[in-house]
Amino acid sequence: MNRDFVTLDTFPKILRDNAKVFKGRPSVREKEHGIWQITTWDEFYNKALLLAEAFYASGLRRGDKIAIIGDNRPNLYLSIASAQILGAIPVPCYQDSVASEIQYILEHAEAKLAVVENQEQVDKLFEIKEKLPLLKTIFYDDPRGLEKYDEKEIFSLGVIFNKNREINLDLDQEIDKTTKDDISIMLYTSGTTGRPKGVLLSYNNIVSVTSVACEIEKTTPKDEVVAYLPMAWVGDNIFCVAQSYISGFCINCPESRETLTLDMREIGPTYYFAPPRVWESMLTQLMVRMQDASKIKLWAFNFFMKVAKKWGNPILDKKSVPIIARILYGLGYFLIYGPLKNNLGLTRVRIAYTAGEAMGPDTFLFYRSLGINLKVLYGQTEATVFVALHRDGDVDPNTVGPAFPGVEIKIADGEVFYKGPGVFKGYYKNEDATKETIDKEGWVRTGDAGVIDANGHLKIIDRAKDVGKLNSGNMFAPKYIENKLKFSGIIKEAVAFGDKKGFVTCFINIDLEAVASWAERNNVAYSGYIDLTGQLSVYDLIAKEIDKVNRDLSQDTELNDSQIKRFLILHKELDADDGELTRTNKVRRGLISERYGVLVDAFYNNKNNCFIETEVTFEDGRKGSISADLKIKDMDIYDLKDQVT
Amino acid sequence: MSNQNLVSQSEVIMNLKDINLSFGGLKALSEVNLQIKKGEILAIIGPNGAGKSSMLNIISGIYVPQKGVVEWKGKIRKKIAPHNIARMGIARTFQNIALFKGMSALENILTGRNILMKRNLIMEMIYMGLGRRQEEKHRKKAEEIIDFLEIQAIRKTPVSRLPYGLQKRVELGRALALEPELLLLDEPMAGMNVEEKEDMCRFILDVNEQFGTTIVLIEHDMGVVMDISDRVAVLDYGIKIADGTPDEVRSEQKVIDAYLGAG
Repeated sequence: MNRDFVTLDTFPKILRDNAKVFKGRPSVREKEHGIWQITTWDEFYNKALLLAEAFYASGLRRGDKIAIIGDNRPNLYLSIASAQILGAIPVPCYQDSVASEIQYILEHAEAKLAVVENQEQVDKLFEIKEKLPLLKTIFYDDPRGLEKYDEKEIFSLGVIFNKNREINLDLDQEIDKTTKDDISIMLYTSGTTGRPKGVLLSYNNIVSVTSVACEIEKTTPKDEVVAYLPMAWVGDNIFCVAQSYISGFCINCPESRETLTLDMREIGPTYYFAPPRVWESMLTQLMVRMQDASKIKLWAFNFFMKVAKKWGNPILDKKSVPIIARILYGLGYFLIYGPLKNNLGLTRVRIAYTAGEAMGPDTFLFYRSLGINLKVLYGQTEATVFVALHRDGDVDPNTVGPAFPGVEIKIADGEVFYKGPGVFKGYYKNEDATKETIDKEGWVRTGDAGVIDANGHLKIIDRAKDVGKLNSGNMFAPKYIENKLKFSGIIKEAVAFGDKKGFVTCFINIDLEAVASWAERNNVAYSGYIDLTGQLSVYDLIAKEIDKVNRDLSQDTELNDSQIKRFLILHKELDADDGELTRTNKVRRGLISERYGVLVDAFYNNKNNCFIETEVTFEDGRKGSISADLKIKDMDIYDLKDQVT
Repeated sequence: MSNQNLVSQSEVIMNLKDINLSFGGLKALSEVNLQIKKGEILAIIGPNGAGKSSMLNIISGIYVPQKGVVEWKGKIRKKIAPHNIARMGIARTFQNIALFKGMSALENILTGRNILMKRNLIMEMIYMGLGRRQEEKHRKKAEEIIDFLEIQAIRKTPVSRLPYGLQKRVELGRALALEPELLLLDEPMAGMNVEEKEDMCRFILDVNEQFGTTIVLIEHDMGVVMDISDRVAVLDYGIKIADGTPDEVRSEQKVIDAYLGAG
């Protein structure tokens, strides 16, 4: 549908239009009581008006901030819409953040109101209420357990929707008042370093970028998307909210986090995005389960996966392939790929993205060979997501694709800069950081080191500030090495060290599910995570994977020195609750090398084992500590000329 | 406890007077007096063989005491058939899980609605009118319970495939499906790990708070008992040796002796 997004330049205006254009069509679906409950566009709009009045009555005015905390629930999406109608600025927060993290954001954003999902979040806010004098009112979605709360400042959303409009407020006029340069949403970056920063995105940013994205992917009102990634993540706001506003398709909210796979299968999304971690764990689970299949099934699986590996990608790219290959692939589709996709809930997927981190080429090609049009997207909150994107028929697993239409990319001193319509309006209350990030000509610093290859595709190597030098003078790109390690199904997380050192070493986190399944198959007895990670046979297993990576690195003149000489398996999973990962599961390098400093020292002091005690934070905020005596294992290093097979 | 005052003023829904129960020569309970008040969580504790399960069976009406009177809401209760116990508004869970193993969690919970369903074979066969309305009504209630117990993900899983803790939760769900006034839980936390226990505690408290259900439970985990009960009754060799708030019971010398052995 071609609509004029020059006059419909803000979300409230688009929403008002959607209520007419897509009247009766679903806008949000939510599974409740075992049944998918639909809210149509006109219902959604009317509810948003009701809620906007309630917000207004609670003192929310143009330019005020309103915090949104919770899982992807229709009523939270509604709250965003209602706030925008009033010209207020929604600030979604990560729902699993601990109270102190939420406190920082709400304090910094000067939030006046909060809309939260449930009792858990209400309790969290009460815990920090005294430190947030500006926060006057809290609205909640799920009333369970909250009936007995006698605090005056909390209100149930359900009650509001059952009322009629009361106040004499001309909301039409409020909607007309919104302009394209108004701030649409404020998103706090998860912050690999330092405190989170509030990224301000205008309607113009989001509408212009999203309408181009919709055009590229030809999204229609018939598309279906499952909203499961955090609402505080920019991707959820673009892929779900903004694209659904512009194309008119339906957002589906899963029943609970545990039911996601089931819900995916029921909805059959046509549009699916997931960080590499999700794709990888899906593949790991699949492979683990295939090990339990009967011999004949396993044989058929292996045979047809070979067929898919050879012909799947050319077929997907619409290249010409021999007729016999087509027949085999067709048979494979009927027997293996189709049922497999159905099981993963990916049967109808037309557009699939991965973003956020590098993804193993094998994993990437596996999904593409099944006929899933998986593409890599490179983006940032500051760019309203899109910087570079693979196009149909022009996909390379080692790159992040050519620049997004309208975006210019340049490489200066090895670092990637970009410029375009999606460039954010600045960090909230942080002029210095804004100036540091956007230069006078409008180029935005990404902080990523990258190159542009012969096909015009952008290739990302590492975070620019993480790229260091080994004593030999050669480049040390930790993330590049870590990613290579993580492409193995049994390594969940890796942290490499080597800057200003003689050789490279690394910490490994095993993938519990994959290694446990291996242990079961090989009669390795263990009593728990710590015991399993300390087993010599597990060390040998990991050593094999590292050896593969070392051989691979030895082929590369630049990276020959980056082979991993020593490693150890950590006794605990790196965890966002302990601050070791960001909420988007990126490694916090500085903090880890500080906390596990003794281990790093042991690496370079030639010790063969090291005792460590670490503090852990449980989900409910209690703290405890775990300790272990970790072994360090040495690896073989290959020479550049040793072309090992 | 938060609703302590509220409970102490409220009415007694079951009054057990001078209960005597023996199996042949074995005296399981002698001269036990116990009152169950509306809206409370009452724990019955005691060493092995103290008569806890016998007491629960008398409350639920499975056993009839040789001597003594059971009053249910002020009226003396005679011997009754098991299916009528459920109609009275008493539901229970069992020490050893007693679910229909081959049926899904949802189906198991629906069995709890059985006595509340109105039957019309023909209407049910053609799935119209009353049959359909009944189905919808009871399914809705079952779904509310599933939502309440947070077991959406296992709605359609056969219970035999579920881990122990979840099976216990389904069993609680089935008891709740009866919409009971009095809920009897026989060792709801036996064999659970710490996390499962914490979950179960929360659900028991939530049931009590949200639905106002009176709960009588037998439990060995003292931490749990002291945490969630409004009142604790202690049995030893078939005799009630203490009855009061967790704090009162904890400091009672007789209870200490019964548990630690008299010096």
